Amino acid sequence: MTTLALNKIKKSFGNLDIIRGVDLAIGSGEFVVFVGPSGCGKSTLLRMIAGLEPISGGELSIGGERMNERAASERGIAMVFQSYALYPHMSVYKNMSFGLETAKMPKPEIDKRVRKAADILQITHLLERKPKQLSGGQRQRVAIGRAIVRDPKIFLFDEPLSNLDAELRVQTRVEIAKLHKDIGATMIYVTHDQVEAMTLADRIVVLRAGVIEQHGTPLEIYNRPANRFVAGFIGSPKMNFLDVVASDVRDDGVSIDLAGRKARLPIEARVVDGAKLSLGLRPEHIGTDETGGLDLGALTVVHVEHLGGQTVVYGRLVDGQSLTVALDGQRAISAGSTLAVRIAAENCHLFDEAGDRIGK
Amino acid sequence: MSTLRTTERPAAGGRFRFGDSLAGYGFLAPWLVGFFLLTLGPAIASFYLSLTDYSGLGAANWVGAENYVRIATDDPRFWTAMNVTFTFVLLSVPLKLIFALAVAVALNRGLAGLSFFRAIFYLPSLVGGSVAVAVLWRQVFAGDGLLNQALNALFGFEGPSWISNPSTSLYTLVLLAVWQFGSSMIIFLAGLRQIPQDMYEAASIDGASKARQFLKITLPLLTPVIFFNAVILTIDAFKAFTSAFVISDGTGGPIDSTLFYTLYLYQEAFTNFRFGYASALAWVLVLIIAFFTAMSFLTARFWVHYDD
Repeated sequence: MTTLALNKIKKSFGNLDIIRGVDLAIGSGEFVVFVGPSGCGKSTLLRMIAGLEPISGGELSIGGERMNERAASERGIAMVFQSYALYPHMSVYKNMSFGLETAKMPKPEIDKRVRKAADILQITHLLERKPKQLSGGQRQRVAIGRAIVRDPKIFLFDEPLSNLDAELRVQTRVEIAKLHKDIGATMIYVTHDQVEAMTLADRIVVLRAGVIEQHGTPLEIYNRPANRFVAGFIGSPKMNFLDVVASDVRDDGVSIDLAGRKARLPIEARVVDGAKLSLGLRPEHIGTDETGGLDLGALTVVHVEHLGGQTVVYGRLVDGQSLTVALDGQRAISAGSTLAVRIAAENCHLFDEAGDRIGK
Repeated sequence: MSTLRTTERPAAGGRFRFGDSLAGYGFLAPWLVGFFLLTLGPAIASFYLSLTDYSGLGAANWVGAENYVRIATDDPRFWTAMNVTFTFVLLSVPLKLIFALAVAVALNRGLAGLSFFRAIFYLPSLVGGSVAVAVLWRQVFAGDGLLNQALNALFGFEGPSWISNPSTSLYTLVLLAVWQFGSSMIIFLAGLRQIPQDMYEAASIDGASKARQFLKITLPLLTPVIFFNAVILTIDAFKAFTSAFVISDGTGGPIDSTLFYTLYLYQEAFTNFRFGYASALAWVLVLIIAFFTAMSFLTARFWVHYDD
């Protein structure tokens, strides 16, 4: 069931278009992550859903009702801000009860809800404290608690983990995922961190310059990126892109010429012979010991990063193109040496000159 | 040995070299000279004089606490001055705070030409304390002044002379003080800008109306600024002098209705040449101001919210 529908949503400031026609339907209970680089409009889109930014065009509906003109408080949403936006002069309890008191809910009901949310978040012992007496992680919980007590149809998170240190970020990420599982509410989450997107989302929406580039499950996005932008944005280290030339185009595949090395890929490519294409290879898919697949030739190692569980090698192919390879485990590789690298054909992605994916 | 340190710090418990501290005191000297000669010296001298019958000429004879006893028990004009001054403080400070805050809130709404209006509204604070404006004020509220001319033209109403009527004269001075709301307003404006926008966004999601946002978010978060302004304005109001002096020609009239404390003090010193007594009056004012300031700070922890 669709909870939230965006229909050709637009946002402009004067002549500047920030959101340029977004269509999206979000199902009940779904965890959707908006991801994209700075300035892609993901936060603006979230704020438009929240009712904090007016919508310039298109229609926003929640639960089947048009919401464009409705006040933020009437949309059945709750928001967790990047800065938490806790009221500094109010206790944790008051921070959580403020909205309910504003709505003139009976005191016993308010108390019940606040205590239940505090219990879920394990902050009952903090209820009488002021925000300044809390750590960053505790403030984050209070901000989430303030959202929970509203019992919203949709939770909105605006980069909620970006102010936490790395360890706490991972921990809170896990807790947010658990919270979603426990209360089953629809959640929309904005981040620029692709790891957060991959780990939390039922569905990822990749945005660039106010347009949805692709949406799908994390693995769909990872396995079948719709274009070079998405392919480069999701995955770490970033996908390699090599310039290749297409030849011998037939229904069952295409041959590519990579600096004199020919290989046949089973990709249905509707391109002409001689077309210039981009070959996308994820660093973690490239290996040194495979047989078969695509022979990439010798890689001259320029720099090596030893991460313990992984060894990341930066180098150049024979024709001078850069290539990053992520090898499992610890490898005794040093700069200046050469490696023979290969990749399985099914892990190759092809993009045309416009950057769009070729084949399924 | 750290390689980052570029200057030698004195060792723990060590002393700066004499030359360093000499340079420091050299830079401090203008302020130190001013403080000792023009502030602390006269203050100590006035305390000594308050225990004498000094008249400005001749010897200062020691009278002990006599001046203070007379202030407390045998000086009806002291109580008149107290009455006038407290009325002025209790009216002008809250009115000025409310007015300054209201204008600051209005200006803070992202108005076009903000800096222009800010300057315009600030202007009275710069010139308002001056003699010229007090003279102007006298022209406005006099019997044939601008106010009455306007009232006459608009309503055919023959107004009294507001400044020579004992029942209204003090209020014209309250009005003059409130008109000088600019510097409080600038401080309020700075305070309003300190309140993060997302606080209001969170409150609007919580369903709080603009009025509730003002009462529950803006006012509490502004309490440090309100407190600061209230203390400064109260001290200033107790010390009010220039406007009353100019408008009443230094008499505090009509019938002592604008006999501000400082004006009475001035009359005792420079009209009646009772410098000893005037010094005692000055010290009583110091105690009154100190008392109210201390009370403000003592109550502050119950209503002022500091963020950190």
